[in-house]
Formats: sequence, C-alpha cells, structure tokens
Amino acid sequence: MSKIILQVEDLHSFFFTRRGVVKAVDGVSFYVREGETFGLVGESACGKTVTALSILRLLPEPAGRIVEGKVILDGTNLLELDKEEMRKYRGRIISMILQDPMTSLNPVYTIGDQIGEAMRLHQGLQGEMVEQEVISALRLLNIPSPETLLRQYPFQLSGGMRQRVAGAIAMSCHPRLLIADEPTTALDATIQAQYMALFKDIQKKTNVAIIYITHDFGVIAQMCHRVAVMYAGKIVETAMTREIFKTPKHPYTSALMNSVPRLDHKDERLYSIKGQPPSLRDLPPGCRFFPRCPVAEDICRQQEPAEKEITEGHFVSCWKVK
Amino acid sequence: MTRFIVVRLFQMILALFGIIVIVFFLVRISGNPVLFMISPLSTQSEVEVLQKQLGLDKSYTEQFWIYLKDLAHGDLGESFVKRIPVTEMLGNALPNTLKLGIPSLVLGTVIAIALGVLAATRRDSIFDNGVKFLAILGQALPGFWLAIMAVLVFSVHFQLLPAAGMGGIEYYILPVGTMMFFMLPGMMRLVRSTMLDVLDSEYIKLARIKGLPERIVIWKHALRNAVTAPMTVAGMMLAGLVTGAVITENIFNWPGMGKLAVESAFGRDFPVVQAITIIVAVMVLGMNFLVDIAYAWVDPQIRYERT
Amino acid sequence: MTRWGRISRDLVMILPVTVLAVLIFTAIFADVLAPYPYDKTALPERLTPPAWCEGGSTKHLLGTDTLGRDILSRAIYGARVSLSVSLLAIAITAIVGTALGIFSGYMGGRTDAFIMRVVDVALSFPALLLAILLAVSLGPGFFTVIFALSALGWAGYARIIRGEALRISTSDFVAQAQVIGVSPGRIMLRHIFPNILNILIVGITLSVGAMILAESAMSYLGIGIPPPVPSWGSMVADGRNSLDSAWWISTFPGILIGMVVMSGNFLGDWLRDRLDPRLRQL
Repeated sequence: MSKIILQVEDLHSFFFTRRGVVKAVDGVSFYVREGETFGLVGESACGKTVTALSILRLLPEPAGRIVEGKVILDGTNLLELDKEEMRKYRGRIISMILQDPMTSLNPVYTIGDQIGEAMRLHQGLQGEMVEQEVISALRLLNIPSPETLLRQYPFQLSGGMRQRVAGAIAMSCHPRLLIADEPTTALDATIQAQYMALFKDIQKKTNVAIIYITHDFGVIAQMCHRVAVMYAGKIVETAMTREIFKTPKHPYTSALMNSVPRLDHKDERLYSIKGQPPSLRDLPPGCRFFPRCPVAEDICRQQEPAEKEITEGHFVSCWKVK
Repeated sequence: MTRFIVVRLFQMILALFGIIVIVFFLVRISGNPVLFMISPLSTQSEVEVLQKQLGLDKSYTEQFWIYLKDLAHGDLGESFVKRIPVTEMLGNALPNTLKLGIPSLVLGTVIAIALGVLAATRRDSIFDNGVKFLAILGQALPGFWLAIMAVLVFSVHFQLLPAAGMGGIEYYILPVGTMMFFMLPGMMRLVRSTMLDVLDSEYIKLARIKGLPERIVIWKHALRNAVTAPMTVAGMMLAGLVTGAVITENIFNWPGMGKLAVESAFGRDFPVVQAITIIVAVMVLGMNFLVDIAYAWVDPQIRYERT
Repeated sequence: MTRWGRISRDLVMILPVTVLAVLIFTAIFADVLAPYPYDKTALPERLTPPAWCEGGSTKHLLGTDTLGRDILSRAIYGARVSLSVSLLAIAITAIVGTALGIFSGYMGGRTDAFIMRVVDVALSFPALLLAILLAVSLGPGFFTVIFALSALGWAGYARIIRGEALRISTSDFVAQAQVIGVSPGRIMLRHIFPNILNILIVGITLSVGAMILAESAMSYLGIGIPPPVPSWGSMVADGRNSLDSAWWISTFPGILIGMVVMSGNFLGDWLRDRLDPRLRQL
C-alpha cells in the first residue's frame, strides 16, 4: 500500500464568537494515502469545510482557531510551522478547489493571469514559460483551445468551465494533496460526471492524494476509495467505500444512505432523518446523534462513545456496535 | 468601447445644454438686475442706457441666443459689477482654487484608501474603531465649524498658523485640511466597507489558498475589486470638493472660485455666477463621463456587455 | 450577549432618540423655553462669556454675541429653524424621490436608464452652488432655502428607492399581479410601495442630519435664513470675526449641529440594522 501522506490527529477547531464558542470540529482524526481519494461526507455545517480550512490553516480570524491536535503532512506537523513557512505549503504542496465556481475566481483578472500567478510565485517561472505552463495546466483539465481561454475573463465562461479552471489553478503547481470542497455541487449532473472522471484521470497521472468533501453518497461511490462520515463536528464512521456501502455500522450512516431516493424503490415515502443537528455552541454530554437516533439507549445520552476498530480499517463511534 | 464612449459623450453634451438653459433662465427670474445697480437718483433714461449696455433690453430668447453664440466663442460675458470680462476674473480665481483642490484631492484619496484598507484588514482593532469614530465625527460635524475651531486652536490660541489669506506653505495647511475634511470621512468609510465585503469573498479565499503573500492578496486582488465602489461616488466626491472649496475659501479668505461665487452672489453679478455654475456643470458631467469610462476599463464585464 | 453589549446596543438607540426628542420639544416650545427673544440686543452686555467662565453671569448661560444677544435663546430658536427647514425639505424630497424611484425601478428599460442618468447628474451637482444661484435669483429666504435643498435632494431617495423597487419588481407576487391584469399604477402603489417603506424610513432618518448640515452651511455663508432669525449656521458665522475675543459665539452652535446630526445618523443606522440587516454597512 502507498504511504500515508496526511495524518490528522485529534483536531479541534473552534470559533470564538460573542454568543459563545462554536465547536465546529471537535476531535477529528483520519489519514490519507498517496494516490488515494478520501471522502468526507455529512450534512451541511457538520464540520467538513472547517476541517479542510484547518488543514490549510485558513480559518477566518480572529474568531476561528485551532485549539488542539496535529496535522502531519509527510512528516511535518503543519500546526507547528510559523506563518511564512505555512504559506509555502499552500498552492504548492496542498491546494484546494472551492465549491462555487461563480464566486471563486477573481472577476477582474484573466484566466491566464490567475493560473499564471501561482506558477510565478511557486515555481519562479517568468515570461514565455509561464504561458506555456498555463496552457499545459489547462490541457491537463481537458480544456479545449486553451490559448483563447488565457485572455478571457471568468464571466465569459460557464460554470463547468470555471470549475475546470479552478482545477487547473489547483493542479498548476503539482500539489501532493488536493482538497476538493463540494466541487460539483453547483454543476449540472452531466458535467458532474465528466468532472469526476477527469479528476480520477488526473489522480492516476499525478498520484495526487485527494480529500473529497461532499454531502452526496452517489459521489462517494464514484470517486472515493475510503470515506469518513461526519456529524456535528465529529467523525462517526470511517471505512473503505465498498465496506461502508455493504455494511454501514453507525445509525447515522445508514440513515444518510436511506435518505437518498432510489429509482428502483417506487411508491415509497421519502425517508428523512427526524430532527435537526445539535447546535455546535451548546453540545449535549452524550452521543451527538442521540436525539435523532432510532436505536439509541440510555448510555448514549450520558456518554460519548469512543472510536472502535471493528474490522481492519473500519472505525465506528457508537455504543451499539460491538 | 468606442461606441460606449461616443454615446456617453453625446448624452453629456445634451445634459450640458439642458443645464445652460436652466441656469440662464433661472438667473433672470428675479427680475431686472439693473434695478439693483442703480441709485435712487438715476433717471429713467439712465436706466435704459444701462440696460442697453448690458444687453438686457432684448427679449429673453434673444439674450439666450446671444449668450450661446458668445459661449461658443469662449466669451462668458462681462461682469456687471467690475465691468471686466468674466473669463478674466475666472482666469485669476481658478488657479487659486486648483492650488487648494488638487493637493486636497490627491492627499485625501491616498489617506482615505490607506486608512480604509488598514481599518478593514485590522477589523475591530483599536485602529479600526478609531477610524470608524473619526468617520462618524467627520460626517456629523459641520465642516465650516471645524475649520473655525481649527483656526481658534491653531491661529488664535497657539499662534502657529495664519487664520486667513494666501501665501507660503503655512497658509496652505489649514485650508487643505479643511478641504480634505469634506471628502475624507465618506471615502474612508466606503473604502473600508467595500474592502470588508471583498475580503469576505471566495476569490480572496482562493488567493490565500494559492499561497500568495498577504500583502499581494490585499493590495493586488482585494483592492482592485474594491476601487470600483469609490468610483461610483467620485461624482459625489466632486460635489463635496466644490462645496468644500466654497466654504473653505470663504473662511480663509482664499481668492478662488468659491469666494468669487459667493461675492458675486451678494453683488448680484449674474454673469459671473452663471459662468461659474456652467463651468461646474461641465466639470460634473465630465467627471461622470470619466467615471463611466474608468468603470468600463476596470470591470471587464461592463466593457463587453454595456454599450 | 454580554450585559455591556446589551446596554450599549440599547444606548445607540435611546440616546439619539432622546436628543431628537429634545430638539423637537425645544423647537415647538421655543417661545416658552428661551429666556430672551432672539433679536433682543443689549449692547452693554455684548461679548459676555458663558456662565462658568470668568466674567460670565447666570443671566446669559452661554454668553452673548457682538450685539449683546443671548446665545442660549438664539440657539433655542435656531433649533426651530433647523427643524422646520429640514422637515419641510425632507417631506418634499422624500415624496418626489420615492415616486420617481418606484416609477423608474418598476418601469425599467430606457425610462429607468434615463431617470437614473438625471439622478447621477443631480447627485454629483454641488448643492451649495445651486443654492448660491438660487439665492441670487430668488433672494435669500426661508423658501429659497427649501427650494435649494429640494431641487437636488430628491435624487438620493430616487436612487435607493429605485434599487429596492427594481429588486421587488422581479419577485413573484408582482409577476402574479401583472398576470392577473392589475394596472402598473396600482401595482406600484399597493405592492411595491409597502415593501420599500423600510428603506424609506431609514433614508428619512438619515436625511435629517444631511439637511441640517446643508442648511447650516448655507446660513453660514449668508445665503440661507436671513437675519435676524437665528440659524445655527449663521450663528457660527457671527462669531468668525470675534474668535480672539469671544470663542463661545461660534463654538456652541456647531456642537449642537454635530449632536443632532450624529443622533440622526446613529438612529438611522440602528433602524437600518433592525429593519433590513442586508443593508448593513458598518
């Protein structure tokens, strides 16, 4: 098996607001290997994006802060680096694709400018070389006629194209870890499929490790080798994708999968999980899923379950799982 | 782009014509200006002679056409009071106003952008709160009063700076400061809030993700997007400057256009007031025009979509 | 929220409202509140300092000016002037500006573009210069001031109301009304107008300060309210030439202007936060 490139250990990221402390990420641990796609799935506001931003150390200041934990990338704990050293990692060793292609590109600069900028910074390229490298970055993302695209502005492109440009920016400096934060959520279904296929291809070519954040299990099934399910700031289950689809152990995981409507189950009422996720400011003492869990017991209310490895590589945090 | 420019230019000329018409007839509403210039002892024939001299015996429309013709030749008429060409009076006054206006504008813009950006990037710090507080005070206290208080403190009390008149650099400090006051708080506040909005955007997040140094993120990416906002109010800023010029020149007895305007108003010197208003109108329209062009240049979307 | 946070949040509303209420009260009951008539000259008592300074007396709490007129009384009557001018000008500009704004925003297209260009010009034309022009042609006076303030003041309202009207015009309930066949006039009155009320109220509150500043600037220059009726602006001008001997003549009126304008601005900001957080600027 390829080596582990990222190890997140017991990460705690909080937001200190006037109304209290929001525990957005409260004890999250996982690892990602080279050349593998690791999925992070969960409802909105469960902490997936905050986890991603924590890895990059880009939490909005002054409210956001990483209070505990380790983020070890290829042997180095990123949380111990000073600001300048950390900045060198961004864009070059770790990079990220944001969710909304309509707003993530700077409207007043050309595509060529925006992709070239990272190259100039990280690889010290200049002049002609930059243009050539930008074109090859665009080709990597299967963008037709990259020469014309160079001089165009974001508003002249479609959503799908913009997201490819975002991909080109992210891959331009050959990062070792790519974090994709719901990159296809804002795109049409057909474009989604193309995009995911494209990234699988890129991964084969460059051996980049990918953390793929999504709320859609269908995407997980297509893209990810391994997946972690997040709920209310914690990871409740981690396993190989195949395994989690075959035997989901955590009640939340099963509930999530059941929520996806299926074409072959007609005449069925749509299943949705009752209730709401807990407020991250005011967390109850026990298991966070307790109020909505169909199989909850007393102990679930009183104590948070510890993480157990039930089969090799399959981790669950639930009292009901032995 | 050219089509854009031509259309805007045409609209500008149209607007200018409209304004000239309005100004011209407005000034003549209050009746015969001659009546203010005569003494009780003048005879009727003397009045008529004066009227004829000033061209006021003709019908309004005739007067208007004559005025337009003269205007086209660059002749703004003759002052009723001083009997010298208005152009000459303006020629003397304008440079003085510019000596005040240009430093204020440049200095004010630089300071406003600097303070606004710094306040936005150090949100909620003492610096930010200080800037906000100054902006609030600046927009609530009347400019003429602050200027007078400044004179009270610096001229009367400390005897550091002169209270009025033109001269060496010490004569510039208070007036330029006063002029800047008229545009600084608003601009500062605007830069700050626009920057705050921009700094929150996704593409700034992306710029940081790319690993760009913070100063490039702010001064290259954020600012470029933020400057379009002050441009929309550049027109209003100009109005502020003109207002500022009128008040400042009045307080400090600075022989510029502002002082000339007020003096002429009191002296019922119509041609001068008319001329100044028209010139200001040209400036205002010109400014709007330039802003439109600049906007289109900075924001490529407008260039391609609007005409 | 912290206790201090709550207190300061309420203060932001209570203080301005109090100041403005005092202003209104003073303006209405000026005749009763003022110790002296505003034009009562008393040359033997000219240039008396405020009561707490050396040479001052409780007869004239804020001192007297070059003609011996009581500053406090003149300030009280000045409140009446400022308030009446502002309210009248606001009424006119708000009505005209709102009507045009709704019309422009709803109609859209060329009409909108045209009206907005007029608005652009009106907004960038220096009001003071127009005021000077009007003072020359109509002579200084109460109604000249009103005219001067209103001639360009409607543009601000037109712009912000038009923005809102534009946004509302694209909403479903307006489309619904159009489909049913409701006339444009009725749509503008019954559907759009009630929805722009919030922003209108904020605009009006914020205008108070702007109007008072504008009027005082005009009065300072001498093209506003003519003497002997005191305006805070003209009072500041009165003191200009006596700065070395009588600082109080110019100082107090300016402070009053600042207080009232600040109150209006704070109240307006508070209202804006409450009524439509989307518009928050600070």
